[in-house]
Amino acid sequence: MSSIDIGEAIAQVHRQEWARVVASLTRRFGDLDAAEDAAAEAFAAAVERWPTDGVPPNPGAWLTTTANHKAIDRIRRENKRDDKQREARMNDVNEPHESLGVIDDDRLRLIFTCCHPALAPQARVALTLRMVGGLTVPEIARAFLVQEDAMGRRITRAKAKIKAAGIPYRVPGPEDLPDRVAGVLSVLYLVFNEGYLASGAGTDPIRRDLTAEAVRLVRLVRSLLPTDAEVAGLLALMLLTDSRRVARLTADGALVTLADQDRSVWDAALIAEGHRLVRERLATGEAPGRYQLLAAINAVHTSARTFQDTDWSQIVALYDQLVRLEKSPIVELNRAVAVAEWDGPQVALAVVDRLEPELAAYHPFHATRADLLRRLGRGVQARVAYDRAIELSDNPAEIAHLTRQRDEIPT
Amino acid sequence: MRGGASEEGVIVMQYLLSVIHEGTSMATAQEGADIDVFNDRLQEQGYWVFAGGLGVPDNATTIDNRGAETVITDGPFVETKEYLVGFWIIEAPDLDVALELATAGSKACHRKVEVRPFLSE
Repeated sequence: MSSIDIGEAIAQVHRQEWARVVASLTRRFGDLDAAEDAAAEAFAAAVERWPTDGVPPNPGAWLTTTANHKAIDRIRRENKRDDKQREARMNDVNEPHESLGVIDDDRLRLIFTCCHPALAPQARVALTLRMVGGLTVPEIARAFLVQEDAMGRRITRAKAKIKAAGIPYRVPGPEDLPDRVAGVLSVLYLVFNEGYLASGAGTDPIRRDLTAEAVRLVRLVRSLLPTDAEVAGLLALMLLTDSRRVARLTADGALVTLADQDRSVWDAALIAEGHRLVRERLATGEAPGRYQLLAAINAVHTSARTFQDTDWSQIVALYDQLVRLEKSPIVELNRAVAVAEWDGPQVALAVVDRLEPELAAYHPFHATRADLLRRLGRGVQARVAYDRAIELSDNPAEIAHLTRQRDEIPT
Repeated sequence: MRGGASEEGVIVMQYLLSVIHEGTSMATAQEGADIDVFNDRLQEQGYWVFAGGLGVPDNATTIDNRGAETVITDGPFVETKEYLVGFWIIEAPDLDVALELATAGSKACHRKVEVRPFLSE
């Protein structure tokens, strides 16, 4: 194997095994910090030894065993004589790489611990990307435009709270599970959205690393909770959203809205997988949750050959269901966009105007309003609304799009 | 981090559940009754360590004996709109149990509750 192949092999093993190694060590040593450090040392050892020794037949087992030894070495070095529990666990270090069932359980524990509601949302995101996703602190810092040391502190603080406050390493019981799964999914959706509509000047408008990582993590959660309907819904939603990525920007980096996208460059494979997931959920006949409804809406969009062919009555009906499920002005706003296509911009504008008290600081509110006013030929008011939307937006692609729309209004 | 360890029944954490209050009103009779029910539950299920209600911060006296002279000040160490009006000290295997108890406690006394671990080790 060439050094490039070895590098690629290690990267792939890292993607596949990182969470497993961290999760099993965390269970054994009861300490995220020790698990993270030992896992990192084990991967460093792989980088050092695999090019000469070759990739071991079971890389995951090799890494887990190596990481276990690293952790024990460290504990011995730190000479924690009084820690009987750790001593006890050190004795069974040679237990084999465990059966998949147990290890999968560990990864699930790790995910629920990292997404615990007692941690701040930002901390949940950072910790999940580090401990489950295996991203490095500098990578996470870059992804969220935060200084490296600040991101390092955020993760350290979260780990310290988990330890000191006794946040458990456990899959929640059945009565708490739906809420806690929803918490995990909201973390992953946040990662995806940050990638899909990145904020901050000077960043790429779409951050492929974050969207890809979010999809990968949802796939992982789905493999661990295969019967959860909302997990399937979120995966479908991400795939169907991501399928339009290439069509979403012009060559010079301006946002292209759904109406103007070149549908021939949408990713057919992602759409097929997303549609299959949505169909499977529909076939159960169970009442859909939030992510399933959003996925269904995206399924309708991605089923239409042209924007004009879109089944708007279906989309409005799905938004009606969503509004019943979560009373939120943002959902109302998105529903109004569909209403504009189905009942016309005049009806939609009346809906949108009612949302002003709650959404006055939300740039999509002004962008939607601007578009409706433009279509109604109310150019002066439209321009004011575009100005406000541009002022409030921090995504460069969106600003470029809004500016062009505004400048195209006939005077 | 608790999990494997607590299953072995070795580790028990202690938490301070602080009851946060605003204004000068006292607990209503209904709140008092609900708190009694909650206290009974804590004792029956083995979570109870200690609990108490506090007088208003106006009646506090603050002592500073760090320097050469003892300074006695009338009033609490920090003036805030919200203040500590009572507390529970509980034993629980992990934060999830402590949060569940604090949720029930907040409902019973009809006030905000802060959950904070005692230092362990």
